[in-house]
Amino acid sequence: MKILVTAKRVEDPESKIKVKPDGSGIVPEGLKYKINPFDEIAVEEALRLSAAHTGDVVVVSIGTKDVHEQLRHALAMGATKAVWVNHTGALDQLAIARLLQKVVEKEKPDLVILGKQSIDDDQNQVGQYLAEFLGWSQATFASKVEALDSDAEKNKQPGLKLTADKKGLTVVREVDGGLSTLECSLPAVVTTDLRLNQPRYASLPGIMKAKSKPIEELTPAALAVDVAPKLTVTKLSSPPARKAGIKVADVPALVEKLKNEAKAF
Amino acid sequence: MPIVLIVAETQPDGGLRKASLNALTAGAQLAKAAGAELHAVVLAKDAGAVAAQVKDYGVKVVHAGSAAHLEHGLAEALAPAIADLAASIKADWVGAAATAQGRDTLPRVAARLNAAMATDVTGFTGSGADVAVMRPMWAGAVIAEVKLHTPVKVFTVRTTEFPAAEKSGGGEVKAFAPAAPKLPTKHVEFKEVKSARPNLTEAKVVVSGGRGTKGDFKEIEALADELNAAVGASRAVCDAGWQPNDLQVGQTGKVVAPQLYVAAGISGAIQHLAGMKGSKTIVAINKDPEAPIFQVADYGLVADLFKALPELRTAIKAAK
Repeated sequence: MKILVTAKRVEDPESKIKVKPDGSGIVPEGLKYKINPFDEIAVEEALRLSAAHTGDVVVVSIGTKDVHEQLRHALAMGATKAVWVNHTGALDQLAIARLLQKVVEKEKPDLVILGKQSIDDDQNQVGQYLAEFLGWSQATFASKVEALDSDAEKNKQPGLKLTADKKGLTVVREVDGGLSTLECSLPAVVTTDLRLNQPRYASLPGIMKAKSKPIEELTPAALAVDVAPKLTVTKLSSPPARKAGIKVADVPALVEKLKNEAKAF
Repeated sequence: MPIVLIVAETQPDGGLRKASLNALTAGAQLAKAAGAELHAVVLAKDAGAVAAQVKDYGVKVVHAGSAAHLEHGLAEALAPAIADLAASIKADWVGAAATAQGRDTLPRVAARLNAAMATDVTGFTGSGADVAVMRPMWAGAVIAEVKLHTPVKVFTVRTTEFPAAEKSGGGEVKAFAPAAPKLPTKHVEFKEVKSARPNLTEAKVVVSGGRGTKGDFKEIEALADELNAAVGASRAVCDAGWQPNDLQVGQTGKVVAPQLYVAAGISGAIQHLAGMKGSKTIVAINKDPEAPIFQVADYGLVADLFKALPELRTAIKAAK
């Protein structure tokens, strides 16, 4: 079973994001970068499925050469090979999905797993766009029935389950009001939610091995994708800050404030 | 005249999802800014009853698409029906509430229409053909003004930023029968997390617990019941399996903006704040006086939640 996963380079979720005074972007100084946490869950899930059913895990990232860091991270976790789409500048979700579509058509995986959203743009679109462009089944927000401290998780069991005939995939999804279960016929696109798995740490041998694994370079031009933006961010601003509140001494003081000042009940 | 088409969602029980009323308000605001008329679409096995309900909320036309394959709300079933309708009525904008179903389906609609899309829209700016949308990025640390340059534009709205629509006269219901595509996906089951408490995203009061509860939610739930509140949770709580995932408040969970939000034993990571900092009044109870949650709380109490919550419940009962 061949699986394709994504590894977007994003600001570290612990970073403090500040807007430039002219609203043209965010202040880059002091920022650290990581693989998008949801993509890291996608890589982990792919590795578990490939361990259970054998097959390659191909990791894709789009951006400048800096994304090699995220590709090497996924390779160190255990991915087989990497594809780098070399591009400088902003890309919208339409363009990203079109680029991934071309990579998928080239690599012909049985399954694509992506993070449900990247924690910079927070758009939550690319997996769905991609599934429609490919005409494939989709299961967004994939989760797992077992908790992250369960034995199934400790034993690195995949949350995504192949059907008995191996032509389908059963996916449990986090939706409003509960959990929905879908059966996707393969090939399919799955996007990960937080509790699908707990990603592994890259081992030292894994990191050493990753250095010699291949990274194939592609470009939007070579993939024949027009990446001219159809969505532009025209201005950034900081949200209004909440006024700093007060500390109250005890519960009676809190109740007094809630009743008489906030009129909360 | 341009057309704004809002997708009104039906729930597994067949009723209208309330978040769609907030999306209708967003649609009305956009229609006003863009000089457009507001349409809605309801898709279900039998869309008639919900469509009849939606027509009273200031829409010109409600398109009621009924077909058996729409029953479980699969994106592969809904998206072609929405996109075909949008094309046939020449809609300029297609929107929905940023619910799980909205997020699942609308990008697929956008793909079919080759449209650019904005998720979690919090407002509109500009007018006519020049309308831009506002949306959060980086867990709400940044508000972006975004322009969509495709002929059809797709969006989902953050429902806490728009009040629920109110009844304002009846529109027309037009029934149609979406063609059934070959579905590559099968619905297996929906397991509802049943709760007698108010819905998290609709409640006027939310009482949330974090890692500080160590998984013991008895006092959180007791206070919630005293205040007729919904129960919420931090990511750590859901990750540990102490509470259902559906209760997670934050960047990637539910976004809430109740009148009163009580955070007990929650440190206040930016990802959590992204889901609740729009609340009117925030109360934080935490043992750690340095916890970041105190920076957004109107009233902070440095205390052990297991002592403070029962005391608070008793005091509120007496003060009501």
